[in-house]
Amino acid sequence: MTMEPDHDKLVEMLRRMHRIRFFEQKAKTLYDYEYRLRGDDEETARAKGVIEGALHLAIGHEGTEVGTCAALNDDDYVTSSHRGHGHAIAKGADSKLMMAELMGRETGYSRGCGGSMHIFDPDLGLMGGNGIVGGQIPLAAGGAFSALYRGTKQVAVAFFSDGASNQGTFHETLNMASLWRLPVIFLCENNLYAASTPSTITLSIPDIADRGAGYGIPGVVVDGQDIMAVFECVSAAVSRARAGEGPTLIESKTYRFLPHTAGGSEHNNPGELEEWLKRDPILLFESWLLERGHMTSDDQSGLRQEVEDEIEAAEAFGKASLFPKFENMPTPSGVEL
Amino acid sequence: MSATTHELSYADAISEAIREEMARDETVFSIGEDIGGVKDRKNLWDQFRERRVWQTPISESGFTGLAVGAAMTGLRPVAVIMYCDFMTVCMDPIVNQAAKVHLMSGGRFKVPMVIRTPGGAGTREAGQHSQSLESWFVHTPGLKVVMPSSPSDAKGLMKSAIREDGPVVYIQHRLLGGIKGEVPDGDWLVPLGKAEVKRKGEDVTVVATSFAVHKALEAAEELVGEVSVEVVDPRSLVPLDIETILESLSKTGRLLVVQDAPTRGGAGAEIVRQVCEHGFDLLRGPVRVLGGLNTPMPFSAPLEDRCLVNTSQIVEAVREICNSR
Repeated sequence: MTMEPDHDKLVEMLRRMHRIRFFEQKAKTLYDYEYRLRGDDEETARAKGVIEGALHLAIGHEGTEVGTCAALNDDDYVTSSHRGHGHAIAKGADSKLMMAELMGRETGYSRGCGGSMHIFDPDLGLMGGNGIVGGQIPLAAGGAFSALYRGTKQVAVAFFSDGASNQGTFHETLNMASLWRLPVIFLCENNLYAASTPSTITLSIPDIADRGAGYGIPGVVVDGQDIMAVFECVSAAVSRARAGEGPTLIESKTYRFLPHTAGGSEHNNPGELEEWLKRDPILLFESWLLERGHMTSDDQSGLRQEVEDEIEAAEAFGKASLFPKFENMPTPSGVEL
Repeated sequence: MSATTHELSYADAISEAIREEMARDETVFSIGEDIGGVKDRKNLWDQFRERRVWQTPISESGFTGLAVGAAMTGLRPVAVIMYCDFMTVCMDPIVNQAAKVHLMSGGRFKVPMVIRTPGGAGTREAGQHSQSLESWFVHTPGLKVVMPSSPSDAKGLMKSAIREDGPVVYIQHRLLGGIKGEVPDGDWLVPLGKAEVKRKGEDVTVVATSFAVHKALEAAEELVGEVSVEVVDPRSLVPLDIETILESLSKTGRLLVVQDAPTRGGAGAEIVRQVCEHGFDLLRGPVRVLGGLNTPMPFSAPLEDRCLVNTSQIVEAVREICNSR
């Protein structure tokens, strides 16, 4: 049984859920697709802090993202997907540097070279989001391998989705991780859709967790809307990994409240969405905290306001930051462009 | 160069380089399929059985991706892909991950790793075990590409590649494994981006890579008394030492590029591009690229031989080039 986090940590968990939610909502309003609808030209929009390119939001996943990272240390590793803002923020990323990166500014985490899908920070163990579905799974195993090799107690988490669980890298990496007892947690956020394709027509079995058995890896299903359930489950997997007992496959059943991309139109299934919205992970956790007397509703609205202000400041920081200079682009040495 | 040398085969030179780098640097390790039981690597396996050599399942994409993650977090992997042809099943970790992480992370992560693979044809193994795919990696920004032709270069380039802070694709040639040569004693390094003139000559410059260097040298020997051939081996295709090639051309004014790979879209074409851009005025006649035919490799020996560039073709091409204009 995992020890329940202390008061401060519980509040911090809620803060990070809000940070993700407000960050993603803000990012959506700044997305260039929205701007194009308003008829701004490229230059005008860019000056206003528009976010260009691809933007994949994970609103609805906050319970899984924060519940998982709350079970990790700062120096543990995380690899993430194309839908990775929440993983980075849950691991401790600063919303200012995140926003600046999405706006393509030089103050961003990846100095404007990565954007929404590629937030890296070695100090937080953030090994980057990945634009290749499934590409991040072996990378996390590499972080875990490295920890084992160097004799540290670090663990690694690969965040991926139901879609990525159908890639070859999933099979190859789970097999190796099991063989070598790598301290890695395979955290599958099954949000029921790969882009717009329902997982019912892509998965040969209902529960991805059951695939763990094929590799001799424990496979666990957890309610992804319940942050405390995720926290418990991941904490157990982390203890197992640190004790040298090898990997765990966790399937978090969750749901994305918005379309695949920020530029997408209608949600796949409005009726289904309505049901899932009743189990918004933030609302569920707020109720849990209220019931247990950890926070009052005044505390909670105060916290929401605090984070909302923080995200406003992040937007302002991004807009005030300069665009990167080509001369400073971090290209490998010894090779002409 | 060190005053004293020792004789090594090309394959042993590579093993010696990796063994020395492992001894020098705790973070260097080898990972790949079937690399424990291979005879000429027996010592390597014995010495580092516990940690330094990781024999993997047949999972190129998985273990190469794992190596990228390990390289991002403090280690220096040498990932071994058993055949160059098998690079097709781990293109993602090489091209999308290893090559991109440095830039995409704003320089905050580095990927110091070597992807080592034997390429080339001539072993009667048909279409999926006979390719020279260097041009794919030359074409991918973020990767460096080396192709040694001698035991001495094989050792020195491997040691340098392991010490690089970014990913290096190291393509050895399968027909060169047994060739022997003198290798300098001590900590022998050959820098990336430094070509070597393998034979001095006056009339024509033959730029050749890997196994083709040996064919070019044979052709040069055959042409003694008729044409004086200079053979330049770039040794690394990225970075490419165009200066040494231009220096040779300033003397000869005539260029032939020879490679194992099919000519279309090949690394030879890239060498010609750079010569045209930086040294067009040095040229006194048309240039040529000799390579394999633009076909998947057939199995049967007479067919395979017909598809590969050979010494007499090089001799003929040199004559043509020297007689033009």
